[in-house]
Amino acid sequence: MTGMLGALKSGACRGLLAGGFLALALSGPVMAEGNPRDPYEGFNRAMFSANEVVDQYAAKPVAQVYDKLTPLPVKAGVGNFFGNVGDLWIGVNSALQGKFSDAGVDIGRLLINSTIGIFGLFDVASELGLEKHEEDFGQSMAVWGAGDGGYLFWPIIGPRTARDTAGWFVDSYADPVWRVRPIPVRNSLVALRFVDIRASLLPADKVVEEAALDKYAYIRDAYLQRRRNQIYDGRPPRLDD
Amino acid sequence: MMKKLITFLFAGFLAASACAQETPDVLIQQVTEDVLDIIRKDKDIQSGNTQKVIDLVDKKVLPHFNFQRMTALAVGKDWKKATPPQQQQLTQEFKTLLVRTYSNALTGYKNQKVVYKPFKMNAGETDVLVRTEVLQPGSKPVQLDYSLEKIEAAWKVYDVTIAGISLVTNYRDQFGQEVRNGGIDGLIATLVNKNKSLESNLAKAEKK
Repeated sequence: MTGMLGALKSGACRGLLAGGFLALALSGPVMAEGNPRDPYEGFNRAMFSANEVVDQYAAKPVAQVYDKLTPLPVKAGVGNFFGNVGDLWIGVNSALQGKFSDAGVDIGRLLINSTIGIFGLFDVASELGLEKHEEDFGQSMAVWGAGDGGYLFWPIIGPRTARDTAGWFVDSYADPVWRVRPIPVRNSLVALRFVDIRASLLPADKVVEEAALDKYAYIRDAYLQRRRNQIYDGRPPRLDD
Repeated sequence: MMKKLITFLFAGFLAASACAQETPDVLIQQVTEDVLDIIRKDKDIQSGNTQKVIDLVDKKVLPHFNFQRMTALAVGKDWKKATPPQQQQLTQEFKTLLVRTYSNALTGYKNQKVVYKPFKMNAGETDVLVRTEVLQPGSKPVQLDYSLEKIEAAWKVYDVTIAGISLVTNYRDQFGQEVRNGGIDGLIATLVNKNKSLESNLAKAEKK
């Protein structure tokens, strides 16, 4: 369940990811049943099962405790704070996609929330009608015409297409939180953000457990639909039935 | 007597035509507000009484859904392979599954507000998208869209999309997988079992 909505930017495990790439290179495309949207299904399902265990025994319990113990205003503040930190890179990606007025809104949000919103703890900009956007480098590459390169499931960071995995590395490189020093403070921030995102997904857990015939496929298809929706900014062209 | 009857019929006709003229966006708004109103006042539902929320959905929401069409969309090209009784059974089971799983989401209701996006429709259109957004304190708004088609005089929902994820087409690969493994009957059996296990979980939860 970790990262179901593709919002995870934690990257607690770059080493693990690199290991994953190696395993992927060794296993090669698994063309078994041949779902054209999931060429690495064998690898992905193995990673998915591993991740389910990590989630069940570590990520989810921690997120549940955080969710239970943290009062709503604090949770909102944490979410807003990381949201504000992200607005700069969102603005850059809006501009990279040629959406300059969106980029203006993103930077306006950053300025307003960092000052009037007290270091981003309050999302004053949204109250003022400056809508938050969802952009990242994977979406920028998609807008420039890059194909998705096949679906992948990674431990910790969850579902990503090949393109969006590359995008995620660029996002992490540009991410101010990863540049915070000293290192222990950086690690605490990264961990807090991870827990905050995981906690925000808790309500979806039950629905997915109940609704899915095959949880792996359910999450994959939900992720792919959601990414498509993000790339087209909420108005994807209709697919023929 | 005759006059009374005619008046009565006429009133009935007026009501029916008022119904027919209801635009899809107004329909969605009315049903949504109606349901949210009930949930806001119902402590049982807020504390997670699944059966009660399913009854509410059954009464207020389901009459506006076209489950046959939803099921056909979810099954995709295999739909044509199913006989009419199989289609009926698939529809029944899929309906049970969707109602059970997504009604539960309503018990998580906490002061969310629904915003209705501007809607325009060309005359004579019979297939439309009504866009809404769910606002919740402290988190990002969630896009919630309804696809509707006009059947005779009434608008019926045939797909619901949350944050870009269609609840219906999200089943297509899973259903296709089941049909490849065990045919249409295999898919029906899987759905029946899934619903049974959800039913027994529900019964267990009620006992606690």
